[in-house]
Amino acid sequence: MSFLNNVITGVSLGSIYAIIALGYTMVYGIAKMLNFAHGDIIMVGAYMCFFAMGSFSLPPAAGVLLAVVVCTVLGIVIERLAYKPLRSAPSLAVLITAIGVSYLLQNSAQLLWGADTKTFRPLVEGSLVLVPDQLSISYVAVLSIACCVVVMIALTLFTGQTKMGKAMRACSEDKAAAQLMGIDVNATISMTFAIGSALAAVAGVLMCSAYPVLSPTTGSMPGIRAFTAAVFGGIGSVPGALLGGILLGVIETFAKAYISTALSDAVVFAVLIIVLLVKPAGLMGKYVPEKV
Amino acid sequence: MLNVNDINVYYGAIHAIKGVSFQVNDGEVVTLIGANGAGKSTILNTVCGLLHSRTGSIEFLGQNLGGIPAHKLVERGLAHVPEGRRIFQHMSVEENLEMGAYTQARASIEPNLERVYEQFPRLKERRKQVAGTLSGGEQQMLAMGRGLMSNPKLLMLDEPSMGLAPILVEQIFDIIKRLHQAGTTILLVEQNARMALSVADRGYVLETGKIVATGTGNELLQDEAVKKAYLGG
Ligand SMILES: Nc1ncnc2c1ncn2[C@@H]1O[C@H](COP(=O)(O)OP(=O)(O)O)[C@@H](O)[C@H]1O
Ligand SMILES: [Mg+2]
Repeated sequence: MSFLNNVITGVSLGSIYAIIALGYTMVYGIAKMLNFAHGDIIMVGAYMCFFAMGSFSLPPAAGVLLAVVVCTVLGIVIERLAYKPLRSAPSLAVLITAIGVSYLLQNSAQLLWGADTKTFRPLVEGSLVLVPDQLSISYVAVLSIACCVVVMIALTLFTGQTKMGKAMRACSEDKAAAQLMGIDVNATISMTFAIGSALAAVAGVLMCSAYPVLSPTTGSMPGIRAFTAAVFGGIGSVPGALLGGILLGVIETFAKAYISTALSDAVVFAVLIIVLLVKPAGLMGKYVPEKV
Repeated sequence: MLNVNDINVYYGAIHAIKGVSFQVNDGEVVTLIGANGAGKSTILNTVCGLLHSRTGSIEFLGQNLGGIPAHKLVERGLAHVPEGRRIFQHMSVEENLEMGAYTQARASIEPNLERVYEQFPRLKERRKQVAGTLSGGEQQMLAMGRGLMSNPKLLMLDEPSMGLAPILVEQIFDIIKRLHQAGTTILLVEQNARMALSVADRGYVLETGKIVATGTGNELLQDEAVKKAYLGG
């Protein structure tokens, strides 16, 4: 039974990683940059929900909505101010800027909201008992898995069926060619940041509901792990982010349960390195050879 | 239709296009020929707004295109089929064509698709196939079909025959002839000068960023200097 409990914990944690990883992967796919500040958007989202539910006693749904709105706007603003001017700069300059934005967000949070750790009130409490005293699944875990499923279905429909979603895929393949089709590449990149940041807000709220501590650095570790998940699954690939996120959550949970809590990150990265040695593009990374 | 007047284009310090002027009139097929590196692609990329000229002007249908971003030119009737095809490899054939019609009203997409499939029956057979798995010739047809999906008034083709087997080159030029007969205005860039001049009403010869000769397709085919430099003597 403890095995099943671990699977449930792993999958629900992995669902949250997957939601974060989608943001990394979509932004990477279109802007070809690692948005290092993505993890800190998670933290901002969690703070928004924390204040909405705590200071203003709003219902959880309103807290989530506020988090999503603030993060979406923040994502668009960051892209416009920090990344857009560097569209044709070397990728190292963009990476360093993204790291700078990450610190800026963390330090601003510290300044505005203090460095102390806050106790986050989960969106939902209690758990669903499957086998009394042996197997249960917390409602937060149920919610995380459900959110992940909904997000995946919505994104798959969006990128596969809608005109805007297809334009996004076109931009991520070839920006110049996309412009020749009449697609506004800047608007499309903005939209991608908006979607990624909205997802980060959702993930932040879920993450803090599952592990209810909140501080200005709350976003960085999940951010790095989710980034790992995105690489694991194949950066740029939406199903890859899902697969990578879930696998990472499960591996991490199992490593903690059966190997050592302290070594869990080392185990995760060891698996990542092995996967990348065998499949350099990640589990679902795409590679289409050029034709003549 | 298109009036390019004294453009100078630079890549950083490299002066790639040096005071080029030319016209394309309604219904014409006009070709720019020149060796590799002469500046043909640079000119087309400047016309379609991906690159910018420091001087002069580009007028399309009587309007100056200066300052208009590339993605706004499609709805004005300019389609550019770039060098190397640049199709969306991970998208299906039909999705590529839909992207070509990005600026079009939803209602016009179906009839346009039918028209393109009529021109290129091969694409219809493979409409669900991922574009990256098409053969080189099919990819070129897709790139041209995608360009036609926006109902362009002017179609610019950058080396459509590049890298294709001779029989496919024939096919591509047949298609260009058919488009011409149907009234499409075409600006064609080619290294295959003989083929290009044989389908073109008029041509310009480009050498290291400058136009060095111009005339009708036949005149240029007979021109001694052109023969020597571009038609293998
Ligand atoms: N992105 C670029 N950066 C710098 N120089 C370039 C670039 N693209 C083309 N050039 C230079 O501009 C000139 C014209 O190139 P291009 O227009 O591609 O020629 P063509 O299409 O006739 O083969 C060449 O000398 C080429 O080296
Ligand atoms: Mg060229």
